[in-house]
Amino acid sequence: MNSPTDGKPVLVSMRGIVKRFGVFTANDHIDLDIRAGEAHALLGENGAGKSTLVKILYGLLEPTSGRIELNGVPVSLESPEAARAAGIGMVFQHFSLFENLTVAENIALVLPADEKLESVAARIEDLTARYGLKLEPYRPVWTLSAGERQRIEIARCLLQDPKLIVLDEPTSVLTPQEADALFSTLNLLRVEGRAILYISHKLDEVRRLCERATVLRGGKVVATCNPREESVRSMAAMMVGTHLVDLRAKPNEADGPARLSVDGLSLASEDLHGVSLKDISFAVRGGEVFGIAGIAGNGQDELFAALSGERLARRAGDVHIDGISVGREGINLRRQYGAAFVPEERNGHAAAPDFSLSENILLSRHATGEVTRGLSIDAAAAKSLARQIIESFDVRMSGDDPAARTLSGGNLQKFLVGREVSRTPCVLVLNQPTWGVDAAAAADIRQRLIDLSRQGAAVLVISQDLDELFEIADRMAVIHHGEVSAARLTREVTREDIGLLMAGERKESLHAH
Amino acid sequence: MRIELERRTAQSPVIEFLAPLLAIAAAVLIGGALLSAIGKSPEQAFFVYFVEPFSDAWSLQELAVKASPLILIASGLAFCYRANLWNIGAEGQFVIGGLVGGTIAVVTYGMDHALGGYWILPAMLIAGTLAGMLYAMIPAFLRVKVGASEILTSLMLVYIAEITLDYFVRGRLRDPKGFNFPQSVPFEDIARLPFLAEGERLHAGILFALAAVFLASFIFRRTLFGFDVKLVGSAPKAARFAGFSEGRLTFAVFAISGAAAGLAGVCEVAGQIGQLQPVISPGYGFSAIIVAFLGRLQPWGILCAGLVLSLTIIGGESAQIAMKVPLDMTRVFQGTLLMCVLAMDVFTRYRLRLIWRRSA
Repeated sequence: MNSPTDGKPVLVSMRGIVKRFGVFTANDHIDLDIRAGEAHALLGENGAGKSTLVKILYGLLEPTSGRIELNGVPVSLESPEAARAAGIGMVFQHFSLFENLTVAENIALVLPADEKLESVAARIEDLTARYGLKLEPYRPVWTLSAGERQRIEIARCLLQDPKLIVLDEPTSVLTPQEADALFSTLNLLRVEGRAILYISHKLDEVRRLCERATVLRGGKVVATCNPREESVRSMAAMMVGTHLVDLRAKPNEADGPARLSVDGLSLASEDLHGVSLKDISFAVRGGEVFGIAGIAGNGQDELFAALSGERLARRAGDVHIDGISVGREGINLRRQYGAAFVPEERNGHAAAPDFSLSENILLSRHATGEVTRGLSIDAAAAKSLARQIIESFDVRMSGDDPAARTLSGGNLQKFLVGREVSRTPCVLVLNQPTWGVDAAAAADIRQRLIDLSRQGAAVLVISQDLDELFEIADRMAVIHHGEVSAARLTREVTREDIGLLMAGERKESLHAH
Repeated sequence: MRIELERRTAQSPVIEFLAPLLAIAAAVLIGGALLSAIGKSPEQAFFVYFVEPFSDAWSLQELAVKASPLILIASGLAFCYRANLWNIGAEGQFVIGGLVGGTIAVVTYGMDHALGGYWILPAMLIAGTLAGMLYAMIPAFLRVKVGASEILTSLMLVYIAEITLDYFVRGRLRDPKGFNFPQSVPFEDIARLPFLAEGERLHAGILFALAAVFLASFIFRRTLFGFDVKLVGSAPKAARFAGFSEGRLTFAVFAISGAAAGLAGVCEVAGQIGQLQPVISPGYGFSAIIVAFLGRLQPWGILCAGLVLSLTIIGGESAQIAMKVPLDMTRVFQGTLLMCVLAMDVFTRYRLRLIWRRSA
């Protein structure tokens, strides 16, 4: 493998890194070299050991064995402070910002206490000028989009003048256009000789940005490559270890009656920084997969709660299932009308993490009376139902009836999708169905959704993952600031169209005239 | 040096079982150290606390008598605590139950009883249970409707209950022929719980305690309601997804725990005491919190834990007499026990790691 940065000096070198948690080895003798001025991708599925390795590099975890060298000198990174002092900066996937403070105040928090707010503002403007990092110092954070929030985190990181910047899944919350802006900032940083360690599972992006990639699988380095010489498919194969199967989805134009319809649904947010739903209307027909794209925090959770009945709509007629007005009915009655739901958060919402799988069957299936006898629980029925789902959905686990939290993300999600799909519901609503799920399980889940829709069910998928929606959705709409755009046939829209809608372009162009 | 808690990947059932026993052992060691610090012999105290009560039949009956209210209250509290709702006011619900139930006995005292008066005791039990239940609905209502912390409201209501009892016993319910002592007339036999054994100690209250253990055990293991209680405590969002209403559940578990405490209260006045007094509880409602946790919120565990706590109460009384150890020592010991139980709970779930900072 040849990379353009091969001749450059090695900035950070991790040698023989081992990290064990009890009997589980998260990192197994990992070697990683990052050169000055390179964008280095760290690839791998969930559970491959990426986060553990990065936490070690940032001083959050101590390796069981192995050493880290900085410019050839061994260093001990025992805390994030030590890592920052050594020139390693980190931009986390989840932001740690104070919603009610301004941009400048949030940045000042990580600077020495004697720094004046005005000088912070000046430094922010300097960053904007140098790296195209657009930030308004005096805006309160709660008014900002995810992209702008991420820029605050990047600014915080840059003010420490790092030599290596680690970014963990940075584009998962960005529109395609925001991601482009991020890439140009990162390229400017690289030209200055700073190194970038880029963690992602979006292989397209990795091919655009990075000239070297290290692939982890099962805690070991399985390959290093130059992403520009590889295809997305070949890198995915390295990550998964096998070749992925294509989905079987015939193009489909369902023209049956709407099984799930939403008519003028408006719902004020319950908390200060939540999103209010504004006059949402759409209809999902039997036989189709309907996708709702959008960046996180634009009302997806609120929409899901209103559809599931976890929050009641204002009027009964706001939501219909198979023509029945259910807007004022709770989730169990909606289940009895044939609807099923899979929320985003697996542990804690869709499942109780400390409960066994068969107990988790009860969670949604008690409503339809299959696992209860009057007010008492039919534990045997729940167990046999769990076993059926585990078999037919190929859920891998240890033990007979383990607690939900002991399953990997992909296996738990297969179980939870299986719990709903095995009922053959007439309407299935899912929020981020393959978020944080390994590629093989994700492909499996998507196939099940397509199969269910082809049996006549209306399947609604709310997802941030555009690739996913382009793969499985027959029609698509976009949610932005609690509004849902008009639905369009997937094969008639481009990524750019969707990206603009995700950024709220439609509304702005309307207001401009 | 820094201390980290690392979540254990698997919980060993052996440790789960041993944890409460280890907690008791740790509490005994700490208690012994405290006793020797105030110049008492820990060996003698250990004997007085934990061996003597088993030495005669009277003490054994006393053990069961003191354990009954603890077990009954703690079985009710287990519903609240499993649901992550903190009813700290069982003591108040106990007192109100005793006051309202006892009032019936006082009011009917000396009357010509219709139906031979056999309705009086059941009426007292039902009234006391309902009173405890309604009294517990106050913190439940305040939590559901205005979001007030049930910990504070239920605790504050304890003092109101105690003062209310005190007020009536010194006022309208005082025995007119009682030489102005603040106590009611002694209840008639028809208004008292029957005794189960020789010696006039062990009364029928223990049957309610055992029934509560059976019932709670059945509800937790077999019913959707028991599942719901555990689910709300463990994963509230998942409970909402399962279609359970948090508000309704809050009312239900407070009602159950209040009813249990109220019933225990009326059993105490109709069984053990036989009249109303300004103070009818040596802190049963608070000790029951320890019982609930020492029993790991499992009904059968609560049964054992109730006996352990009862032992400390009886031992504390004997130690006061035999060794002049202040009675407060019993409270201190019970508090130590609770701390040890909670600490053990943490260690069954997490591994403690000390990280020595390498010199940078």
